[in-house]
Amino acid sequence: MSKNAGARKSAKAARTGAKTTARRKMARPRRREIVAKSPQRGAHELAGQNREIAVSEFFAKNRHLLGFDNPSKALLTTVKELVDNSLDAADEARIPADVEIRIDQLAEDRFRVVCTDNGPGIPPESVPLVFGKLLYGSKFHRLRMSRGQQGIGVSAAGMYGLMTTGHPVRVISRVSEHQPAKRFEIAIDTAKNHPAVRKEAEVDWPYEHGTSVEIELEAAYRKGQHSVDSYIRQISLANPHARLVYLPPGRETDDEAIVYDRVTSELPPETAEIKPHPYGVELGVLMQWLRESRSRNLSGFLTSEFSRVSTRTAAEICRNANLEPSQKPSKLDRARAEALHKGIAATKIMAPPTDCIAPIGKELLESALQAIHPADFATAVSRRPTVYRGNPFLVEAALAYGGALSHDDPALVYRYANRVPLQYQVGGCAITRAVTSTDWKKYGLQQPRGAPPLGPMVVMVHIASVWVPFTSESKEAIAHYPEIIKEIKLALQDCGRRLATHIRRRKRLADEEKKRSYIEKYIPHLAIALQEILELTDKQREKTEASLTEMLERSRKL
Amino acid sequence: MATRKKTTRKKATKRSAQKKKGGARKKASAAGDADIVERIHATDEETIDQITGTAKRVHSSIMKGIKPDLSLPVRALSNVSYSASRGYLQIGRQKKVRTLSVNTVKSFAQTLRMMGLSKELVRNNDFATKREAYYISKNWGDAKFDEQVESDAAMDDIEALFSVDNVSREQLRFFPEEHGGSVSGPLVVIDEDATGQITRIDCARFGTGAFSVPSSVEQLRFETTADFVLLIETAGMFQRLQSHRFWETANCILIEMGGVPTRAVRRFVRRLSDAHKLPVYAFVDCDPYGIANIYRTIKVGSGSAAHVNKFFCVPQTRFLGVTPDDIVEYELPTHPLKDVDVKRAKDALKNDPFFQSQPRWRKALEQLVKMGVRAEQQALAMWGLNYVIDEYLPRKLEHTDRFLP
Repeated sequence: MSKNAGARKSAKAARTGAKTTARRKMARPRRREIVAKSPQRGAHELAGQNREIAVSEFFAKNRHLLGFDNPSKALLTTVKELVDNSLDAADEARIPADVEIRIDQLAEDRFRVVCTDNGPGIPPESVPLVFGKLLYGSKFHRLRMSRGQQGIGVSAAGMYGLMTTGHPVRVISRVSEHQPAKRFEIAIDTAKNHPAVRKEAEVDWPYEHGTSVEIELEAAYRKGQHSVDSYIRQISLANPHARLVYLPPGRETDDEAIVYDRVTSELPPETAEIKPHPYGVELGVLMQWLRESRSRNLSGFLTSEFSRVSTRTAAEICRNANLEPSQKPSKLDRARAEALHKGIAATKIMAPPTDCIAPIGKELLESALQAIHPADFATAVSRRPTVYRGNPFLVEAALAYGGALSHDDPALVYRYANRVPLQYQVGGCAITRAVTSTDWKKYGLQQPRGAPPLGPMVVMVHIASVWVPFTSESKEAIAHYPEIIKEIKLALQDCGRRLATHIRRRKRLADEEKKRSYIEKYIPHLAIALQEILELTDKQREKTEASLTEMLERSRKL
Repeated sequence: MATRKKTTRKKATKRSAQKKKGGARKKASAAGDADIVERIHATDEETIDQITGTAKRVHSSIMKGIKPDLSLPVRALSNVSYSASRGYLQIGRQKKVRTLSVNTVKSFAQTLRMMGLSKELVRNNDFATKREAYYISKNWGDAKFDEQVESDAAMDDIEALFSVDNVSREQLRFFPEEHGGSVSGPLVVIDEDATGQITRIDCARFGTGAFSVPSSVEQLRFETTADFVLLIETAGMFQRLQSHRFWETANCILIEMGGVPTRAVRRFVRRLSDAHKLPVYAFVDCDPYGIANIYRTIKVGSGSAAHVNKFFCVPQTRFLGVTPDDIVEYELPTHPLKDVDVKRAKDALKNDPFFQSQPRWRKALEQLVKMGVRAEQQALAMWGLNYVIDEYLPRKLEHTDRFLP
């Protein structure tokens, strides 16, 4: 009984906490849905059959949903969650990120991943929750561009490590030089979705602030497209302001670290948090917000809950929905909520503000791409922000051509969402669709039907948004929204046109070179033939040759 | 390869010449004087003059700072017409001027080197097969030919360039690889080989074998008592007529063409027929290939080498059979025409200037397409192996005026 009461209390705390941090934000229903899986009162009291299923327990059994389907993917996902968190934290604290990723192979299938950053650190009281509770995070309940979104990642990685090796997550964090660093060992109680702190102690730490997380897990280290190596290279490409030090497994000493230096010292612009745009809201969500609203009337509800809704716009929505603006929102029934939903769609509303998303930028993309793939030609496009379903997003594309890249293979396609590389589910991603459906033949490349173009090329596509529509929780592919595909294609076409100019110029120069060598190659033979037939002297032959060379050089059009 | 062939031939001819002695001379009548053969070919001096003249023109143009050019007749069916008076497909007046430029410098150099090689061959009274010429080019550094088709094309260019002045590829001393056809009958061929030795070859004394037409026939002279020349498409039919000494009973010269006759065979027949005013009859399969390819080529020449047709065609040839009418008359076993056959026949009717100008041929081809069948010359064997000798050919030869033109 006392156990039950505890559980109820914590559940209640969670709910009130949610109210203060993220009341009726768009993403809220997802959270609701999961919490609603807890039939705490009824089921528990009636029979022992029905039990609460903690999210953590659910994911422990469905680890593939979070990207832990196999040992090599588990390693990648773990590194990815840690690095994404480190970069997010540093960016938000306006600190130029400095992240070290250290992977050691302890046994055949056992690895230790340590990720150390110079971020703001985590207050000691939050550390257990951040690393020991699923769905605890700062990012889910807001509409702001960031790498992480759901707050599942790092604790899931810790849980996976605990499950496969029995080792808890070890965290060292320090918030300022005036406070000591603290070291924690945290396990996650999967049945309760609750952190279990095994050890907590003050330690000496050489850095003024930052966080270091250590996870031991069962994994496999592979090379190739889906590898950790490839991920680190790709993430450095999208985060030219960050310095990354990577110590891969199997190294002899730490001198073999791979260092990706900052391409720029400028931090990405700070992004604003925004309220949802009316066009993106679904009916069920709208109904819930209406029920929970504390606004006195409909007009107030609309203006305070959404971005880009002025009193006048609110009045217009109400007119289009045939509803009284003075109605109390919580009294609206289903039919009238639906009318309101239709009214929103019928009203012309300004696009959402776009200062909430920050592009990497054309110049940085070009130089970052060149730093990783030294090429003959690199270009980038950063498109203006636009909107899908009320969510602002922007697309950037970059392209490097030539250099050491292979001529006969398909172009490498790097996909990014909010500066994070996507490495799995190539086929199901909107970026892939956009790349393959762009007509690259127009730009002087070969392209098999339904495939990326062939050639010595790297194509990079970045989508930045306050809410990136992933196809699944493991954040591997972007959903096929027509608005998004259209924007990507426009960016690619822009890059393609510039590439075509480059390819044409290169071809012209090659032709020119070929012509030159042609002249040098065959003129002597023409002269020799004439000498043979006409029995010319060597001097006459040389004169003929000179005359010929001059004639052809003159006629050569440059 | 060619050299080896030549030596064996020399040996064989020597031997036969010794054996027969005056044997053939008995048969040879006063009519066969080889010296009266019309000489439409250029002499060696003229060939060399052509080469040096062209080179001089190119050279002086270069020294004056003017881009030299070579003007070649356009070798395409569009530039070919059938001349009824001359009796062959002749090339038109369209010329393609190839001016020296960056893009043509390679082929210019190669063409001139090829001409240089030709001059050397003429001067040394030697020859090179097309394959050998290709290998000689391997000494030319960057100007070498990568594939034989390229050197063959350069040869054709030079031949086309000089064809106006009666110089053929054989005159340039470039010989083809293919073997000539087989000859037997009351004919003495007087041959002079590279060493200057003269040999008399009696084509009646090869037993069951036959005389083989050499690659170059320009030096040959003939003595004969025959009444006509019979050209046979297949080796099998030739074998039958030869073994049964049909040439003796019909007093004719049998020549096996082996499909579409080579340039040497065509030239051989032409010179032989011209020298002795002999009628020439063709005996081929009754199908579009036999008619539109083999017969057409021997009679009026080919479309792709129209610039040399005047040397290589035999306009006096007439078509003995097998005709579409023969199929009906002799109730020959047939095979259905294939799609390619029908296409070939229709193409001949639509595009070939020769068939277009011959109403009887048009009718015959249309009849063949309508019947939808073809018959081989050996189909006559159905009526008995020697039916062709005892019945078919004698009956046909009674009415040579009925032969298709």
